[in-house]
Amino acid sequence: MRRIASRTVLAYLTKRLGYYAVLLAVAVFLSYVLSSLALSPRGYFEGRQPPPPASSVEAQLTALGINDHTPLMDRFTTWASHAVRGDLGRTIDSGSVGEEFGRRIGVSLRLLLAGTALGTLAGILAGAWGAVRQYRFSDRAVTLFAFLLLSTPTFLLAVLLKIGAMRLNQSAGSELIAFTGEKTPGLTGSTATLLGDRAIHLLLPTLSIALGTAAAYSRYQRGTMLDVLGSDFLRTARAKGLTRGRAVLKHGLRTALVPMSTFFAYGFLALFTGAAFTEKIFGWHGMGSWFIDAIGKSDVNSVVAVNVFAAVMVLLSGFLADVLHAALDPRVRTS
Amino acid sequence: MTAPHADADPPVLDITGLHVDFDGAPAVRGVDLALRRGEVLGLVGESGSGKSTVALAAMGLLPRTARVRGSVRAGGTELIGAGDRELSRLRGRRMAMVFQDPLSALTPVHRVGDQIAEAVRTHQDVGRVHARRRAVELLDLVGIPDPEHRSRAYPHEFSGGMRQRAMIAMAIANDPDVILADEPTTALDVTVQAQVLEVLRTAQRETGAALLLVSHDLGVIAGMADRVAVMYAGRIVESAPAPELFAAPRMPYTMGLLGAVPRPGSRVLTPVPGAPPELRLLPRGCAFAPRCPLADDTCRTAEPELAGPEEHRTACVKAPEIAARDLAATDVYPVDEPAPVRAVTPRGELPAVLRVEGLTKTFPLLKGAAFGRRVGSVHAVDGVDLDIRRGETLGLVGESGSGKSTTLLEILRLAAPEAGEVEVLGHRTSELTKRQIKALRGSVQIVFQDPMASLDPRQPVGEIVAEPLRAQGADRGAVARRIPELLRLVGLEAAHAARFPHEFSGGQRQRIGIARALAVEPRLLVLDEPVSALDVSVQAGILNLLRRLKDELGLAYLFVSHDLSVVRHIADRVSVMYLGRTVESGAVEEVFARPRHPYTQALLSAVPVPDPVAERSRSRVLLAGDPPSAVLRAEGCGFVGRCPVYAGLGAGDRARCAGERPVGEVACHFPQPRPFPAA
Repeated sequence: MRRIASRTVLAYLTKRLGYYAVLLAVAVFLSYVLSSLALSPRGYFEGRQPPPPASSVEAQLTALGINDHTPLMDRFTTWASHAVRGDLGRTIDSGSVGEEFGRRIGVSLRLLLAGTALGTLAGILAGAWGAVRQYRFSDRAVTLFAFLLLSTPTFLLAVLLKIGAMRLNQSAGSELIAFTGEKTPGLTGSTATLLGDRAIHLLLPTLSIALGTAAAYSRYQRGTMLDVLGSDFLRTARAKGLTRGRAVLKHGLRTALVPMSTFFAYGFLALFTGAAFTEKIFGWHGMGSWFIDAIGKSDVNSVVAVNVFAAVMVLLSGFLADVLHAALDPRVRTS
Repeated sequence: MTAPHADADPPVLDITGLHVDFDGAPAVRGVDLALRRGEVLGLVGESGSGKSTVALAAMGLLPRTARVRGSVRAGGTELIGAGDRELSRLRGRRMAMVFQDPLSALTPVHRVGDQIAEAVRTHQDVGRVHARRRAVELLDLVGIPDPEHRSRAYPHEFSGGMRQRAMIAMAIANDPDVILADEPTTALDVTVQAQVLEVLRTAQRETGAALLLVSHDLGVIAGMADRVAVMYAGRIVESAPAPELFAAPRMPYTMGLLGAVPRPGSRVLTPVPGAPPELRLLPRGCAFAPRCPLADDTCRTAEPELAGPEEHRTACVKAPEIAARDLAATDVYPVDEPAPVRAVTPRGELPAVLRVEGLTKTFPLLKGAAFGRRVGSVHAVDGVDLDIRRGETLGLVGESGSGKSTTLLEILRLAAPEAGEVEVLGHRTSELTKRQIKALRGSVQIVFQDPMASLDPRQPVGEIVAEPLRAQGADRGAVARRIPELLRLVGLEAAHAARFPHEFSGGQRQRIGIARALAVEPRLLVLDEPVSALDVSVQAGILNLLRRLKDELGLAYLFVSHDLSVVRHIADRVSVMYLGRTVESGAVEEVFARPRHPYTQALLSAVPVPDPVAERSRSRVLLAGDPPSAVLRAEGCGFVGRCPVYAGLGAGDRARCAGERPVGEVACHFPQPRPFPAA
């Protein structure tokens, strides 16, 4: 029997993680070197008004570990020796990168979780539905809508949503939908009130992320579903006495999800770092806006931290994709 | 099985006046069929005749683009026009279907047992546990070993034969009145086909269902069917009880079809000229008239109805005349009898064209995606011996995975083999220089299996045929002179050179492939399943052509086929492969009449013969299981796991079989003298 015991799976996963550790080390090293070469924190300090004395710039740069007079390799080893102990250094404004990191991740997670999950689900359903009703009016309508959304840049979509919400608020005469920040500052009340406030703030960013995600996934899902709809095993399922709908749901959808699992894994985790526009427009301070701001300030340690995070996310996505794939498709479990 | 009585029993499936159109092109044009309990009806026809469409229409499973007219009644319920919900209640319960390709017919992501249990639960109000238990019982019934355990396997963990058994288990899960089997064994090897047909018989006996067996294989039909209906161009053209139809066909198409099947003792095949008509552009009158040698003006004015006595109907105005004069296929179809000039020179004195000894080829078995490391070897070819003399045809037979194709590729490579020796026209391939290889390439040419895939669709036929000549450095004038000559040689016209492959039928395309191979005047032609993609009536024409070319040009053939009837018909000598090794070789008459290796015996006994009387009376050796994996190299004989002789041996003899590799013309430690019952 070729059925694989869970022990083998574990061994396989451990080995996989080993590869990932090596890849991660390479990625971290490269991003540190590139950020250090491309950014000039010295220029950031020297450009301040009034210009600080050269000695204090020197001292500050050395304290942060980003002095370009120190050899690059030395800087990297110092940074790395701290990093492995969980200390990612200080930001250019002398804050803790680690603390900032924790804060930003929380914000990104709260911002993106609902939107991505909803978008993925809606994309799968819309795609599958479109495939089942291929070339009918509903399929064409879904297709048209998806292409409209896909060709709308995120910032335009977000701004349009914002304008819509403003109109709505105006006509209602009160602020029904809030779209700046995570919560109303200074609001007090019961937990329910606070949660409700947060939900209202989440509405537009979630919609903006969900729509884009759903549009992209619906196209892929429609394609994989069409392949499955013409398959022999679906015909077998119907020959057993399953109605078309049940056969599609039980035998078609799961099979059509297999090639999608890779997209889901990468799409989900890449969003953590890629939602800069949405964050900026709706005034959320997540990973994306941190990255943009850090580059603007030549904040080497923060840029490196976001890069490390992105690298971990990519590897984690790959891992997740494999796990998802194996969960959905028994054929890859044996080898 | 009790013979069904015409009036006593109402039909469980009653098809009347069935018409099916796809986008305005007719596929089925008025079919009447009735099946009664316990009856097996064989529906025969070539590709495109509409036989599968009839079966799908009876299940209500035609694609949405199909327009269906007429009536299909299952146990009194009209199916045409019924909604999906209503049909779903009948599908799987009243009528069940077994499809052709077991590789794709099961859902890859669900366990086999669950898929069968689902069939049970769809129609019976039983719990999950009960349905699972029933699934295991059904798997046991269709002969899956260790069904409890195997029911938890996924389809990809099953071999093709096992998947088809699982399909049959699914079909009989709800005791249907009718089982529709659409080419159920076409994708399987012949020994596995024999097993699956046996299972189908058992399944039908257990359920007492009627069986509609759709097949292009007249041998399979002969062994299974009580009645046979022959389809041509979307209509039934002849229907009769099986023994009668095979013994005395009355419609020229049926006669041609039966005459085109190679069978023991027949040296002459009757190919039906031309190709099946395009159903969109049907001629007036009988659809078969353009290909029929007996057709006259009456045939071309009106399409004949299926008429005659209930037990033997024909749709042919010539049928009474054929019956009265008792015409045979050879009387109706012109055959160019090849002069049976057998070589007078003793075989030993003829020069060898190809000699292969102990040929070996292994492929590394890798594990891991990015950094694959070798964890073993696939012993694809593990000791093959071949010997072809001038003007000889060697048939190379074996089941899929036995290493036939790898053997061919190794020979055509004209390079030093991994182990063993290849000698082409007296040159050892291990000692050839680049220049010699190039010269020798022209002497060994290949004809491929799929005539469409092996011709560049964007090149005109003339260019395709000229390519080998150019590669050998022939000048323009010579090429221009040779092309018409080559096209005429293979039965095409010189004017065809300007056309493109898609303008030709399958048989004509294969002729183009042969013309290309012959362009550089090879001495040895390697034919890799050259007729297995073709319909029987067309296949006969190609086989006759090959025979004629061999006699005219003095060629030698290495003819690879899984179809033993074809090999028997065309080959002088035969070499049988199992698991990468040659297990038996010798003269065709000798090997087919007195096979001595137990595998050869089983293989030959598994081939269905297109003669209902002979097919049902002969005894057969049924092999258990599937060929083992080529990863585990057998120290001794590779056949021990399935060998019926080995099963009856004592411990000492068994040790010898398992430990010591047998050699010789019959690679077996205990060759069996028992001659086969003549079929």
